[in-house]
Amino acid sequence: MPERATLIDRLHVVQRGELTPARTWAYRLLAVLGALVTGGLLLLFLGLNPFSVYATMLRGALGSAGMQKETIKLMIPLCLATLGVALAFKMRFWNIGGEGQICAGAIAASYFAYFHNGLPSWLLLIVMAVAAILAGGLWGLIPAYFKTRFGTNETLFTLMLNYIVMYFITYLREGPWRNPEGGFAAMPRFTKQARLPEVPIPGVGNVHIGWIVMLVMVVALFIYLRHTKQGYELTVVGENEMTARYAGMPVKKIVMRTMFISAGICGLVGMLQVSGPDRQLTDAVANGRGFTAVSVAWLARLSPGGILIVSFLFSVLQKGCSMMQTEYRIPASMSDILQGVILFFVLGSEFFIRYRIALRKEARA
Amino acid sequence: MTEPTTAISLRGLTKAFGPVVANDRIDLDVHRGEILALLGENGSGKTTLMNMLSGIYQPDAGSILIHGKPVSIRSPKDAIDLGIGMIHQHFKLVDLFSARENILLGQGAKGGLSPDQVCARLGLKVDLDKKVYNMSVSEKQTVEILKVLTRGADVLILDEPTAVLTPQEIEALFDILRVMKQEGRAIVIITHKLEEVMDISDRVAVLHKGKNVGAIDTAQADRFVLTEMMVGRRVDLDIQRVPARVGDTILDVHQLCVTGSDGHQELQNVSFTLRAGEILGIAGVAGSGQKALCEAIAGLQEVSGGSILLDGKRIDGLSPREIIQRGVSLAFIPEDRLGMGLVGSMNIPDNLLLKSYRDQDGAFLSRKEAREQAREMVQRLDIATPNLTIPVRKLSGGNVQKVLLGREINLSPRVLITAYPVRGLDIGASMRIYDMLNEQKQKGVGVLFIGEDLDVLLSLCDRIAVLSSGRVRAIVDSRFATKQLLGMKMTGLTTDKEDAYA
Repeated sequence: MPERATLIDRLHVVQRGELTPARTWAYRLLAVLGALVTGGLLLLFLGLNPFSVYATMLRGALGSAGMQKETIKLMIPLCLATLGVALAFKMRFWNIGGEGQICAGAIAASYFAYFHNGLPSWLLLIVMAVAAILAGGLWGLIPAYFKTRFGTNETLFTLMLNYIVMYFITYLREGPWRNPEGGFAAMPRFTKQARLPEVPIPGVGNVHIGWIVMLVMVVALFIYLRHTKQGYELTVVGENEMTARYAGMPVKKIVMRTMFISAGICGLVGMLQVSGPDRQLTDAVANGRGFTAVSVAWLARLSPGGILIVSFLFSVLQKGCSMMQTEYRIPASMSDILQGVILFFVLGSEFFIRYRIALRKEARA
Repeated sequence: MTEPTTAISLRGLTKAFGPVVANDRIDLDVHRGEILALLGENGSGKTTLMNMLSGIYQPDAGSILIHGKPVSIRSPKDAIDLGIGMIHQHFKLVDLFSARENILLGQGAKGGLSPDQVCARLGLKVDLDKKVYNMSVSEKQTVEILKVLTRGADVLILDEPTAVLTPQEIEALFDILRVMKQEGRAIVIITHKLEEVMDISDRVAVLHKGKNVGAIDTAQADRFVLTEMMVGRRVDLDIQRVPARVGDTILDVHQLCVTGSDGHQELQNVSFTLRAGEILGIAGVAGSGQKALCEAIAGLQEVSGGSILLDGKRIDGLSPREIIQRGVSLAFIPEDRLGMGLVGSMNIPDNLLLKSYRDQDGAFLSRKEAREQAREMVQRLDIATPNLTIPVRKLSGGNVQKVLLGREINLSPRVLITAYPVRGLDIGASMRIYDMLNEQKQKGVGVLFIGEDLDVLLSLCDRIAVLSSGRVRAIVDSRFATKQLLGMKMTGLTTDKEDAYA
């Protein structure tokens, strides 16, 4: 008597065919929904009404012009930093050093803000921006150089470089750049010339000029990747380094150049942050954005347009979570959990976009 | 109850990868004491079928019966427990271990037979204490076979076992298989070489587009019948060696030496010349230095000695870019086909730009011309693609090859180097590629053809250089050469040069 295979035996993973883009996005949307439901269960477990908590979050992020402004201020550095790291990712260069490159840019910009503030404001701001791009870019060039020269691992290298420059800011705060007038260790606030001008966003109000920089960079990066020789080169290097060499591309040069631009954009984020909302150099200038950018870049599948959308959604989530914390006195870690759950679901949905679980049919004897 | 004579029965076995049905309701029986050849073009589903038997894939539908009993093979371990042994194309051995250690690895205390007993029974003379890194390819293969036999396998599946062997080594392998057959084991040999099928098998099962189109006794088959079953139509199997006016020497490789990154001598004093309007074949078992040779000429690999001259001027030491500009085109197809030469995720126009994008002015990239070129090429070379925007990795192997060769030919090269251009292609597509190479030859291009099938080399090339362990063992005129002679030279056993009649 032939025994039949058990149910578990018959379950297996099957590769899907190509899904239509509509179906693909439907799955991702479903994943976000699943994340919200799971998060809701957690909230329920804490004895809260998930619907009202979510409503509060939405209100906190977008409920008024003032809140929208705060959300956009969160979005500007996140979006720009993501554009930066995404450029390196497109080349399969795992730049996890956005955090440090932001700090390097911030330090360079602050140097001019503190010690050369006699310049006319427009000139000073341009000098600060250029200095930040160079400093960030050079900081990113170090791991790129070692990678092309000695084949070092850029993931570890960029990660470790973060801590050096982050603690260097602490050193500046404790020592050379410490505000002598302040009671506790902090660096002085910028003078007026070193602060970014504000430009109104229709319906929202005045936000520092970074939002224009952000929109310009989204378009610029799109063009750079799709319609320039350099964008083509870095895509080929990312896809297959051997092919790039075979086609006669100067691979090392391309890696260094791309990494310089990637890190330079992150450096600019540092300048916009100190000169915009912060108005001084603090050790919280990067505030984890270099790391969040990695998740945003993946969720947006490295496309500049996608980065704009996803970084907006992420900022809504962050702003909403901070509102939730104050209003419901939920510990801050709850918002981290919620963000983690969303990431888990959305990244997990990629598996179901490519595969499905199927039941094997038994052949009739 | 007597032992059933059917070792394996497959009933309605189906496996799909997305929209591609790799195996469509396959019924197949393998008897004890027979050698069954599983024949089919690349992509016809041979390997998928065997991977389901060895527990690597799970079938979507259908059942597998071993000795008449339905079984569920969930892992390679299940397969081994059921007595199914698979010999893969790529060996899975620990280099630093001896043959014996590799064979006993992971077997625990159970294990029925010792390796020595198995050797004795098969009449094999194998040094079981030799380390794997000292072994030749065929010795490694023997170790793999011993490995599955000591685990009690009575069904043996060999996936293209002859691809890496010389003609002499293939004979030795076939002798082993015949002994095992006499012992009553069932043997399945996957191949696409017709000569081997005729030589070794008792029965042939032919797969075409995922379906079993029938099994016949080898005695009743011939090359033409099998080809027709395999391809689905009649095919002219004759490769033409077209006459062309042979011109001056274009490429002169002189005493070329290449040292690999691990200090291994990849090439030793390799010398040959390539003239305009000729196809020079390079024969040799896999890993004899073909890759280093291609890469050295293309400037991708540092040369440690000797020189490479193009039209009398040295090109060794130049950058790949400069070598491309001087008219040397390399169309190198490694095993995974897209490894070098094409970018799998990019579409045809973007792949055509790979070598020409730098000739455009300014910082921006215009794709207009490339799209035109792609459209023209798709038509001229009969490339099957739904549109110009899909990534080339989604095209079939033959079409990928046409894109690659087509691009290289569009650059109007002086020297065209092509390595394994028909690997994985069906017969019709292969013939088209040979035609393209012949056209180039007639135009006065010097073609360097690195091949693996000796029959093809002999009928297509004007001269053949035999590589073995990084040395040129002979350069022969293919009109006077035989497969046996090439095979002898490929093993590198004879001393070189003295009978090189070029």
